[in-house]
Amino acid sequence: MIKILKYSFYDLMRSKWSYIYFFFYLLLGFVLLFLNNNLSKSIITLMNVIVVLTPLIGTIFGAMYYYNSKEFVELLLAQPLKRRTIFLGQFLGLAISLSLSLVAGLGIPFLSYGIFMSSDIFDFISILIVGGVLTFIFTAISYNIALVNEDKIKGIGFAILAWLFMAVIYDGLFLISLVVFEEYPLEYFALGVSVFNPIDLSRILIILKLDISALLGYTGAVLQNFFGTSVGMFTTSSLLLLWVILPIQNIISKSKKKDF
Amino acid sequence: MIIINNLHKSFGALKVLDGLNVKALDKGIFAVLGPNGSGKTTLIKCILGMVIPNSGSIKFNGKEVIGEWEYRKIISYMPQIANFPPNLKVIELIEMIKTIRPGVTFDKKLIEVFGLDDSLEKKFSNLSGGTKQKVNIVLTFMSDSPLIILDEPTTGLDPLALIELKKLIMEEKKKGKTIIITSHIMSFIEEISDEIVFLLEGEIFFNGSVESLKEKTKEQNLEHAIANIIQSSND
Repeated sequence: MIKILKYSFYDLMRSKWSYIYFFFYLLLGFVLLFLNNNLSKSIITLMNVIVVLTPLIGTIFGAMYYYNSKEFVELLLAQPLKRRTIFLGQFLGLAISLSLSLVAGLGIPFLSYGIFMSSDIFDFISILIVGGVLTFIFTAISYNIALVNEDKIKGIGFAILAWLFMAVIYDGLFLISLVVFEEYPLEYFALGVSVFNPIDLSRILIILKLDISALLGYTGAVLQNFFGTSVGMFTTSSLLLLWVILPIQNIISKSKKKDF
Repeated sequence: MIIINNLHKSFGALKVLDGLNVKALDKGIFAVLGPNGSGKTTLIKCILGMVIPNSGSIKFNGKEVIGEWEYRKIISYMPQIANFPPNLKVIELIEMIKTIRPGVTFDKKLIEVFGLDDSLEKKFSNLSGGTKQKVNIVLTFMSDSPLIILDEPTTGLDPLALIELKKLIMEEKKKGKTIIITSHIMSFIEEISDEIVFLLEGEIFFNGSVESLKEKTKEQNLEHAIANIIQSSND
């Protein structure tokens, strides 16, 4: 698997899209710091960008990479390799290279601003970790979608729809349901609903970490009441981890049965 | 060496292979022919384990291979479309296949034969179509596998490279290997193949030498013989 990972990674790190993605974050980092001129404020703004943007990029790249490497996968399938080796290797190569673009792109401006001298360093690191985890989750989800859709346009369309659902529509439905059922106790409902959306989960996790639950309003308050900060963080991180493992597991089992 | 028994494969409602039997593919060059949609590619992909058959068995030297992966050590496969990671250099591609397949020996010789020395440091995406196909050939023939599967190997090759490819196939045949080829270029098939496996609607319609196929259809050349079969099957 390491061999496939290595060469997928080499290939992707030289692709112009990796550079574009990297420079985008580089620019974003500098602009945020320049405009806010304050580390903590920049980090909060950064959170809002990251929880939406990393899933989108993971989604698009996941599906595109799958379709573009189809012939190459066929060549690999004819080699003495297990299917799980091929797909896991390719997926990890992609997810790791995207995460690296994120870490390097944001790391450089914040490092040069002197994040290491500040107590915000841990908040910053946790944002990067959440960004990386979201990249893994959404790359895996869109890889799954691409695996079951032969048609490229359809696959990419569904993948983007999945992202749109989790990033925008889900919260909308959530809000509407809160308004409609406002006469009922909704604490546990709100809590339960958040579990099924990795974007919400990671937002909660960061907010708990940053200790700014007022920003999240309802769910954050419930969560903090319910779990307290440390248990809440532990629960949300475990759930996020589950969100990483399940789609990857599904890639392996789907790819075993697929005809190429 | 390869025996296929009662192989079935359908994609949804479409039956592609319908109880296909191949007695034995042993030493020599076998051309798998048939009209579009007759199941050639599916058959080859079943042998390679890329398509999983609904039922039936494929045996290599007496061993069932469906669902296995280690048997592919003895297969070199040349895909129809050479589309490899665009940002890898040719030399890296070769190195990669070398690390996956043990026992690669002929890479240097083949690079020289196909004049790829100057392309080794280039990114794959910057190569012309013909050069990509040459890389494809090198990747296939550089390991010493007893079974070689070539899917439309002549696509995009210039005459010189085509001659080299034919030489290469003949050399491999002399070593006593099994070579399976699909192609739509009948003159190429006629020139090199020992035996023809003609598929029609998911079953083997004809299996024998080029000569006996000509006799059977009373045609002078292979192209007409094949056209004859396809025509009569349409009637």
